[in-house]
Amino acid sequence: MIKLDPNLCKGCSICTEFCPKNVYENSKTPDKRGIRIPVPKNQDKCTQCNLCALMCPDQAIKVDEEDE
Amino acid sequence: MEENNESPFMKYLRKDRLPNIFCAGCGNGIVLNTFFNGMEMAEVDFDSIAMASGIGCSSRIPGYVKCDSLHTTHGRPISFATGLKLGNPDLNVVVFTGDGDAAAIGGNHLIHGARRNIDMTVICINNSIYGMTGGQISPTSPQGSYGSTAPYGVFERPFDLAELVTAAGATYVARWTTAHALQLTNAIKKGLNNKGFSFIEVISQCPTYFGRKNKLRTPIDMMRWMKDSGVNKLKADQMSAEELEGKIVVGEFANEPQPEFSNELYNLIEEKYGQKSQAAKSAYRED
Ligand SMILES: Cc1ncc(C[n+]2csc(CCOP(=O)(O)OP(=O)(O)O)c2C)c(N)n1
Ligand code: SF4
Ligand code: SF4
Ligand code: SF4
Repeated sequence: MIKLDPNLCKGCSICTEFCPKNVYENSKTPDKRGIRIPVPKNQDKCTQCNLCALMCPDQAIKVDEEDE
Repeated sequence: MEENNESPFMKYLRKDRLPNIFCAGCGNGIVLNTFFNGMEMAEVDFDSIAMASGIGCSSRIPGYVKCDSLHTTHGRPISFATGLKLGNPDLNVVVFTGDGDAAAIGGNHLIHGARRNIDMTVICINNSIYGMTGGQISPTSPQGSYGSTAPYGVFERPFDLAELVTAAGATYVARWTTAHALQLTNAIKKGLNNKGFSFIEVISQCPTYFGRKNKLRTPIDMMRWMKDSGVNKLKADQMSAEELEGKIVVGEFANEPQPEFSNELYNLIEEKYGQKSQAAKSAYRED
């Protein structure tokens, strides 16, 4: 499970760009602040490498270790 | 403590001050994460860390970290860090600084810290510009780049910081970019484990000023550029100056232990006075 904190995310898309498995997709609709928060659409492809959590400049991402 | 839905780095951060003040996509937040990752890999105790920084966007990093820190005057964090280290040599002293802070106003402190080989880890976030004050060029701005003080492009030659600090005598030196987060983590780990002056230069993105003035419109454009122009030092050493035009040389520049300043000083005091220095940790005593 990927958890993305919408209060911390600034919509820079670094996670979308750098995830090696293309798990994220940029949202088409901006939120109230005008920020496009990425959606982890392809979670089934996630290898839990944690690169997105390491590269998110706003500490908005948590990748859960276990599979459900 | 760490809640289940929080970033793995949240436990080290002053959560009440988040979201951080940095612009969307600024590299500072990535460097912060890689620091914690490197610290964990180096098995350095978080409670032994004390940070110092100067002035600049990059220098605001320690303010977000739940550790003792000194937010000092512009260009002087290495001097304050020297005092910290000599006052309590048990501390793991870490300096966060920018290219303006470390290489312009603080250039002299930088080279003498390296020359002395005093044990600290200096992480210099080099975004090639003064971010905080509105995009003036810095001593590392590439030739031909634009800034608010270089409307026709920079004609000066930039410093190569990793080479400069290596020549000045630092015992661990590496350069990576924010697009090389794993390699950067590893360099920070090695820097923390080096007993001596460690310098980690991180080429980073300031989308707000450098990006806007140099037609790199988004943080992603900037990070793609960094990833694509990185050439490892081992390969770069075999390349000509023309071939290296526009490239960023990344990798390790120095990794060789030398006698360390605080050790040498304390040994000298013990040798001359036959006892351990009274100055050590005096700030922690009641008397
Ligand atoms: C003595 C002094 N001179 C000038 C300034 C103005 N000033 C504040 S930050 C800064 C440059 C910061 O650049 P850098 O270290 O590269 O940090 P960045 O904001 O890019 O991260 C300057 C010149 C100051 N605060 N103090
Ligand atoms: S953990 Fe790795 S694979 Fe999974 S979303 Fe993050 S970057 Fe992609
Ligand atoms: S990297 Fe972080 S801040 Fe940037 S879009 Fe992804 S979750 Fe948001
Ligand atoms: S001005 Fe530049 S360096 Fe400062 S926070 Fe914004 S992007 Fe980062």
